[in-house]
Amino acid sequence: MKGYDLIIIGGGPAGLSAAVAAWDAGVREILILERDQELGGILNQCIHNGFGLHTFQEELTGPEYAARFIDKVRERNIACLLDTMVLEVSPDRVVTAVNREQGVFQLRAGAVILAMGCRERPRGALNIPGHRPAGIYTAGTAQRLVNMDGWMPGKEVVILGSGDIGLIMARRMTLEGAHVRLVAELMSYSGGLKRNIVQCLEDYGIPLRLSHTVVDIHGKQRLTGVTIAQVDENNRPIPGTEEYHPCDTLLLSCGLLPENELSRAAGVTLSPATSGPVVDEALETNLEGIFACGNVLHVHDLVDYVTQESFEAGRRAAAYLQNRLPSRGRSVPVKAGEGVRYTVPSVVHPDRMDDSLTLRFRVSGVRQGAFLSVWLDGERILHQRKPVLAPAEMEQVRIRRSELEKRPDLSAITVCIEEV
Amino acid sequence: MEQRALICIGCPMGCPITVTLDNGEILRVEGNSCKRGDTYARKEVTHPTRIVTSTVRLSNASAPVVSVKTAGDIPKEMIFPVMEALKAIRLSGPVRVGDIAAENICGTGVDVLVTKNVT
Ligand SMILES: Cc1cc2nc3c(=O)[nH]c(=O)nc-3n(C[C@H](O)[C@H](O)[C@H](O)COP(=O)(O)OP(=O)(O)OC[C@H]3O[C@@H](n4cnc5c(N)ncnc54)[C@H](O)[C@@H]3O)c2cc1C
Ligand code: SF4
Repeated sequence: MKGYDLIIIGGGPAGLSAAVAAWDAGVREILILERDQELGGILNQCIHNGFGLHTFQEELTGPEYAARFIDKVRERNIACLLDTMVLEVSPDRVVTAVNREQGVFQLRAGAVILAMGCRERPRGALNIPGHRPAGIYTAGTAQRLVNMDGWMPGKEVVILGSGDIGLIMARRMTLEGAHVRLVAELMSYSGGLKRNIVQCLEDYGIPLRLSHTVVDIHGKQRLTGVTIAQVDENNRPIPGTEEYHPCDTLLLSCGLLPENELSRAAGVTLSPATSGPVVDEALETNLEGIFACGNVLHVHDLVDYVTQESFEAGRRAAAYLQNRLPSRGRSVPVKAGEGVRYTVPSVVHPDRMDDSLTLRFRVSGVRQGAFLSVWLDGERILHQRKPVLAPAEMEQVRIRRSELEKRPDLSAITVCIEEV
Repeated sequence: MEQRALICIGCPMGCPITVTLDNGEILRVEGNSCKRGDTYARKEVTHPTRIVTSTVRLSNASAPVVSVKTAGDIPKEMIFPVMEALKAIRLSGPVRVGDIAAENICGTGVDVLVTKNVT
């Protein structure tokens, strides 16, 4: 069986960054496997600007950001197989893939980095019985149709869900001449970034209807309209608040889910909170030599963080291959306390962590003027006031290794939000 | 004195910014985390501008369209005229990031640049 030191599954920004970092750390036998016909992942359809301000100190569009990393991969002559779908990864790192030239084939890997990104929550998110006329798309599908195929799905549009893709598509469809009637959001707050509410909705006078959902779909062959209604605090439609909106297109922007069929089948432990693998400070999963980074690990809204995280994964995978990654030693769980939905990583091995570690997390609700705290067992080592905390924005804190070394009996690190 | 609350669109951090004005004159800009935020806020309360990103038709290449952006900010009221003008543009053959798709679009003084490599 042919083999590589490092096999990276997925050629989006996560996979590309991990490859570059592993190469720069001295690994030479690297292979990137990508099922699409080109590298770049989701960035190829994200033609809007707002990428890379932290990495490159300039604001790039998605394809430009991808192009910079594709160039870095090419400069290093890192091998890539396109149009190649990975079917299976075994716990001992045999990767099974398929493409047209080679059919189904197997490769042995010294280490594997999972970088498969995420996919949109399917239409099932639309909780309405009955059939589905033509004209209903996920926002990401519409984004691909408009931005890559040059084809407009409709003229009169309603968007359900205020995730970033939905907001971006509200503007995109408007610019291409469609009329976007409204964006309905089930929750009482938007799931998208504030900047996107400003520049995608407010700029064009598109109403955002919070605590509203679609309760009925009209049309036999083609969509002719939707009925929306306000919901109560239990997300149940309130009778009497129904409104009919004629439209030929309904876009669903109901969030993203890490794409982990491969990981699950391999025996990687997944976190119910993130739907991504449980990883430690080295971004290593429970399976030795299998690492994860980017949207497959948890959904990121900032590609710069994807790149940082993936550099780390590439660097750690290189250390593992060069026998420089110490064994795990004692392990300390990182707990998502009050007001925090999850943390990545969710376990830390102090014996092999760097001088400091970035803990990334999301809060579970909108909070104003609350404090972000980190507790080491009963001792609070961080207490920081935050003007606004929102689930749409990923937060991060740094933890120093010395803090953990001082406490050999530490049983848990807890990140939580406190009122005072 | 007048205060205007803005959300900076300079990057996905989305800092909340407050601009204090007196008779149209900017006295203070607060809440931004970096210089871009200051620049954005001053422009936003006087003459708002935006970057426009879109696609233009492409022939003799592996994709039917290619993504483009305005090389810099254009006045907000020029967004739709620029979109109209982009519809008329046809590029041909392989294009690279940074190629000029249109010069001085609609007299804004700003060029439109290709943002993707397409073979
Ligand atoms: C609509 C949208 C708008 C965004 N806007 C911004 C923004 O304005 N600013 C910003 O900084 N960030 C933004 N982001 C976030 C950022 O772009 C993403 O977080 C980032 O692209 C994720 O990178 P990734 O490599 O993890 O995943 P992806 O880009 O999804 O790449 C995963 C790759 O893996 C491949 N793959 C999956 N499964 C397999 C398999 N079995 N075999 C082979 N290949 C496989 C896929 O084809 C894909 O190419 C946005 C994201 C989205 C979705
Ligand atoms: S002020 Fe700076 S950091 Fe804050 S949103 Fe604007 S550009 Fe981003």
